[in-house]
Amino acid sequence: MKKYIIQSIRLTLVLLVLLCVIYPISVAFIGKMSKGNGGGEKITKNGKTVGYALLGQSFTKPEYFWGRPSAVAYNAAGSAGSNKGPSNPDYLKEVQSRIDTLLKYNPGIKKSDIPADMVTASGSGLDPNISEAGAAIQVARVAKARKIDEKKVKELVAMNTLKPFMGMFGPSSVNVLKLNLALDEL
Amino acid sequence: MNTELTGIIATFLLTLVIAIPLGKYLAKVFAGEKVWTDFLKPLETGIYKLSGINIKEQMNWKQQLKALLTINVLWLFYGFFVLIYQDKLPFNPDGNPGMTPDLAFNTIISFVANCNLQHYSGESGVSYLTQQYVLMFLQFVSAATGIAAAVVLFKAFRDKTTTELGNFWEFFVKSITRLLLPLSIVVALILTFNGTPASYEGKDQFISLQGDTVNVSRGPAAQLIAIKHLGTNGGGYFGANSAHPFENPSYFTNMVELIAQVIIPIAMVIAFGFFIRRKKLAWTIFGVMTIGLFMLLIPMLSSELGGNPALAKMGISQSTGAMEGKEVRFGPAASAYWATVTTIISTGSVNSMHDSTMPMSGTWQLLGMMINSFYGGCGVGLLNYFIYLIVAVFISGLMVGRTPEFLGHKVEAREIKIAAIITLLSPFLILAGTAIASYIFTSHGDAAWAVQPKNWLNNPGFHGFSEMLYEMTSSNANNGSGFEGLGDNNIFWNLSTGIVIFLGRFLPIIGPVAIAGLLGAKKFIPESAGTLKTDTKTFALMTFAVIIVLNALSYFPALALGPLAEYFTMLK
Repeated sequence: MKKYIIQSIRLTLVLLVLLCVIYPISVAFIGKMSKGNGGGEKITKNGKTVGYALLGQSFTKPEYFWGRPSAVAYNAAGSAGSNKGPSNPDYLKEVQSRIDTLLKYNPGIKKSDIPADMVTASGSGLDPNISEAGAAIQVARVAKARKIDEKKVKELVAMNTLKPFMGMFGPSSVNVLKLNLALDEL
Repeated sequence: MNTELTGIIATFLLTLVIAIPLGKYLAKVFAGEKVWTDFLKPLETGIYKLSGINIKEQMNWKQQLKALLTINVLWLFYGFFVLIYQDKLPFNPDGNPGMTPDLAFNTIISFVANCNLQHYSGESGVSYLTQQYVLMFLQFVSAATGIAAAVVLFKAFRDKTTTELGNFWEFFVKSITRLLLPLSIVVALILTFNGTPASYEGKDQFISLQGDTVNVSRGPAAQLIAIKHLGTNGGGYFGANSAHPFENPSYFTNMVELIAQVIIPIAMVIAFGFFIRRKKLAWTIFGVMTIGLFMLLIPMLSSELGGNPALAKMGISQSTGAMEGKEVRFGPAASAYWATVTTIISTGSVNSMHDSTMPMSGTWQLLGMMINSFYGGCGVGLLNYFIYLIVAVFISGLMVGRTPEFLGHKVEAREIKIAAIITLLSPFLILAGTAIASYIFTSHGDAAWAVQPKNWLNNPGFHGFSEMLYEMTSSNANNGSGFEGLGDNNIFWNLSTGIVIFLGRFLPIIGPVAIAGLLGAKKFIPESAGTLKTDTKTFALMTFAVIIVLNALSYFPALALGPLAEYFTMLK
């Protein structure tokens, strides 16, 4: 028994060096060559960081495309979903009010045009994307608020739409931050 | 064809393409045959030398278990104290506080047991030191513990009659050097180059496009995420686990993480067959497990792609499926596939919030964890399946009126008793645990705990009951996912699930290893016309029936009170 205890202690120490020092530091070192130098890829505007490419942020002004509802108000230091169950009456009221808000700010769209992702909170609260249908219902509003042609806005949406992986796998999506940045740069 | 469906089909096929050769490789590694990774031998020799281990020393099953338990208990003490004092230790750039003793108790058991139930949130609850030196360390060694225990079982059936089952330390170390560490390096680098942070920088702050100030948690996440999947651990670096865009940046990384968590459990089944030179047995086991996967996956896909009927009634489009708690870049199909594999295998990482999935999906997730052996966790999945096999052998033996035999060894009263205890353990822990929690919720709602019992549940009615049932099931299965709406960071949940995780981990390791050790030591009986063959389709069907009947009898009433009741109320 005593032998096992001593072996356990020594083995644990050796493995701590291998698994917690050598392994992670090597990966971090090689990771310096990745896009964000291993610290997350940043997006800059006029030399200032305005966000991370992967992280969604809150958009509420009419001239910007809105992202998905977030249970944590896009707090990138405390990610979480709403964890609301599908039959929870309070939750269903919340969804109804989101539908009403969308209908109010986007006159001209039909209720049946609204995709579920625009009225449901994402899993992380930081979802950077919306569906193509989610972008389509906002085009008219954004064009009007910015006093530009709807066609131009649609073009930008198409440019910022990520097709399925290799064209075959998974859904397509629209990156909200990049799209809004492109609008600002017009 | 729908790109979401082609995505999951491709993911599954790629998994097999990697897992099957990996299984053959593992069989050779543990048999000590020549493999291309033998260049790592000097590293292993160094580890043995520094640790004072002589791998030529043969152990019987009792010694194997002693070694296994000794080192696991050591980790419990080590981790407990580091978690409590993390605020006073270095590498804490975000200044996070030390854990309360009950939270540290829960967290350390959970990570030692390969469960990774998390009652804290990664961003605010742990330091960089504890993320790596406790949590990530345990993700490696707990997976290696499971694999080594399974290899002990392999050993018992390779030779005709034997008590020498090899050296536990050798299996344990080789699981890391030949399997977990090299694969982790590959996966961690793939993730890093696709956007997951890997450096040691602390929190960042920026002003968003609209002018809000945003804090961003970062840190060496890629390293941990790689092993959390390969080792079927599941504990995330960030609170939202693999739904977080940093943990899982794109559909491609989602495929990588999905493949990473399934390859070792499948490889272990294949390795078993090749190691004991009964390939057909491995293929029938693999067949049963795969059918089980699809029987849970297909209905879950249908309910998630169909969307929430309550939202459909409001008149909005359901073309994107049920999206509450899901991420657009994965979509409902890849989320349902993930929810299936993460529950049948004991990973417990999530790329969508299970609390918000449809009621019938919740049923399949719970059932996956209750069965806990359709592939199952690293090594332990096969150990769980082994118990079902022994029960199936016993029942078949009774049906045909013969002494039950498994691989040429008589299965007698002692082995059956152990198998029966292990079989009964899960329903006992899950149902008793849920019953006690329900009692406290209804009768002691005002208890002055960190979260008062009356405020535990994030959802009312049947769904609230499901939250408690899920927590206990996940703990017992060492899964670690949760219906995260549950207010679980308080003394009741921390202690109760800690105890359930501990028993649900170590008894189902001790039981099968003991049975295998006892059987292996018995006289070998050559096959005859009267032998019940365990590698036939008939016997596979029998095992499948045993799994379904045992679990349906044990859990149907509880499922009926939770997700099934919710499903029927939503039909109205």
